[in-house]
Amino acid sequence: MDRQITSFIRALRASDVRVSTGEALDAARAVSVTGYADRNFLKDALRCTLAKSPDEVVTFDELFEAYFATRDIPGGKSSDTQSDPGSDAPYTDIDPVELMESGDEAAIAAALERAADAVDADDIRFSTQVAYFAQQMVKQMGGEKLQERLMQAFQERSEEGEAEAERLIEMRRDLTLRARERVQRSYDIFGKGETEQFRNDFAENKKLSAIELSDMARMKVLVARIAKRLAVKHSRRRRKKNRGQLDVRRTMRANAGVDGVPFNVVWRQKRRERPKIVVICDVSGSVARYVRFLLLLLWSMKDVVPDMHAFAFSNKLVDVDDILEDNPFEHAMDIILRVAGMGSTDYGQAWSDLKTNHESLIDRRTTIIVLGDGRSNYDDPRTDLFRDFSARAKRTIWLNPEPLAAWGTGDSEIPRYRPYCSTMNHVATLKDLERAVDDVLSAYS
Amino acid sequence: MTKTIPTGYEPMTSIEAITSGLESVGYISTQQISTAVFLALGLRKPILIEGPAGVGKTDLAASLSRWLDVPLLRLQCYEGLDEGKALYEWKYGKQLLYTQLLKEKLNEVVGDEKSLESSLAKLGSFEDLFFSEQFLESRPLLTAMRQSAGSVLLVDEIDKSDEEFEAFLLEVLSDYQVTVPEIGTIKANVPPIVILTSNNVRELGDALKRRCLHLHIGFPDHKREQRIVQARVEGISEDLLNQMVGFVQSVRDMDIKKRPSIAETVDWAKTLLLLHANALDEVFVRDTLNVLLKHESDIAAVSGDVPKLVREATSGKPAYPGQMAR
Repeated sequence: MDRQITSFIRALRASDVRVSTGEALDAARAVSVTGYADRNFLKDALRCTLAKSPDEVVTFDELFEAYFATRDIPGGKSSDTQSDPGSDAPYTDIDPVELMESGDEAAIAAALERAADAVDADDIRFSTQVAYFAQQMVKQMGGEKLQERLMQAFQERSEEGEAEAERLIEMRRDLTLRARERVQRSYDIFGKGETEQFRNDFAENKKLSAIELSDMARMKVLVARIAKRLAVKHSRRRRKKNRGQLDVRRTMRANAGVDGVPFNVVWRQKRRERPKIVVICDVSGSVARYVRFLLLLLWSMKDVVPDMHAFAFSNKLVDVDDILEDNPFEHAMDIILRVAGMGSTDYGQAWSDLKTNHESLIDRRTTIIVLGDGRSNYDDPRTDLFRDFSARAKRTIWLNPEPLAAWGTGDSEIPRYRPYCSTMNHVATLKDLERAVDDVLSAYS
Repeated sequence: MTKTIPTGYEPMTSIEAITSGLESVGYISTQQISTAVFLALGLRKPILIEGPAGVGKTDLAASLSRWLDVPLLRLQCYEGLDEGKALYEWKYGKQLLYTQLLKEKLNEVVGDEKSLESSLAKLGSFEDLFFSEQFLESRPLLTAMRQSAGSVLLVDEIDKSDEEFEAFLLEVLSDYQVTVPEIGTIKANVPPIVILTSNNVRELGDALKRRCLHLHIGFPDHKREQRIVQARVEGISEDLLNQMVGFVQSVRDMDIKKRPSIAETVDWAKTLLLLHANALDEVFVRDTLNVLLKHESDIAAVSGDVPKLVREATSGKPAYPGQMAR
């Protein structure tokens, strides 16, 4: 397989397009059919062997343009310079001054490519490495010679010498600039994706309470990705074959044509329950940040779990379905915090509001998710009501942003609620949230 | 690579040949589509086509079969589709009927055998009779394998089938052969051109995507859509065609639930033709908007903009400059 393709595939992989070995082989075979002569043809051929989803197609198109814009395409015209016998000579033999003076753009570009090759510029991973690689490239291209001549020119201490030095400095700047551009391109193709990946991994495991507002855009993308992942996993079919239990009625009907002899046996099918989620969020100051992410995640999954109801409280319980439905998310959060976020936290009040107004929402297929720290200002926690809800619901999941050590300290009523929860987890990062939601939905399969 | 093109697919010599061949049967291809078809033959891989409903995914398969004059075998997927429906089945009823009819003959066959063992052995030697081709109900996948001059196998809406079926399909498509335990392995002499379509009801498995060439057919641009309608609807005037395609293109850029696809454009063209419209005007458009848009809320949303859109379509300027068809 030729190097252009493998290296292009490496670039794709760095940008989060998953390319298997099989697909790489397909791409190589496709190229052997298409050749490099017709760029559009090549692009279409590579696209249909390598990019397998709309997202990947977008990435592919961008990368293809960036990658093949500058590179020599084997078999194309520019390969002549590569097979040029002169190019076999060590790069350091090039005289950069001569090269730059010649003004031969093609030769300069070829020299830059060779230098980039020699210093493995394509291995760049972080933007901070650009300067380093550029410097290495200039060195490869005989930067030292240029430096020597510069020193000589200075030492002449004459008018001409000064002018010559000026010219050389200008030349060096130009060369460095070109080298930098070349490395930047490598970074755009190979490094950027990986850096993104690294940042995303980092953000997923970062404490939600420590996330800056400036990171919100990235977090939103991440949450959307998690939501998609979970949606794919849990939007599978809702019926399950239950082998072993005969559906007599349907079997008889299916075999009426063969005199009722049961050739085709029909098994009973078990219908999976549709998930139903009631999420109750404490939006008092300490927990509000976590609420934002949980609601964002859950609401992104509305397609998979249409039967979802959200409530927010600090003391009075507020139904926030409509607010989330009618407003863009960020705006909706602001409204929620405004209508529900004031006042001192009172879990007991919230439970009794739920009991009087929305009790019918809780049935045997409901999962109750509570997000809160259970700090109820020493009011009656109404565990009796909570116990009733828990008994009626399929499962009750409590997500607690406080670490385990703080449970039960001060006004925390967590230990009194804990016996009635199916699970009670400490959530601090996006990963934790993903795990919790995954767990909730898995219970329905 | 494929120096010799297998029988049945001889006309597919180059991408240009595919494009013009498809056009000859009324399918206006793009370079992307033709390339994918060309590679499908070259690499012997199925094509997985994704894209919105009504942009000609299924039609590509039909057109290919018409152009190449090979049979089209269509397998419509749905939840619960199993091997029996896709591959082959024994004709139980016929088998049963035959055994009943041959009951009297039974005595003649085993009559002269003394022991139970020997009569059983004798019966056993006839077993193959009942599990032979004669009693085999061939379903699309098997039928496709048995075509001697090639075929086009269309697996429609694969995303509606179950995962198990997807896995089973992979197995069949990887080496183009099918094993019927009682008969043996049936291998395709000429592998079919396989086209899978998906509307993205669910995300397809990675394994399947890996093994297929991926082709995304989106909404066409103005020129291509005009050519498609021209190929499908006879006798439509150039002016009207230009205007209505312009209108549809603008509607696609609006924020609506279901954007009209080519199928709807063609229907709309037929409707306008039937109403003897010579040019687009507000009344016509308003009356026939339900052909183009399939949601009440979409119709309401577009209705308000009809005068503006019609004006822009008839003046030949795009309604929303700067916005490209997504």
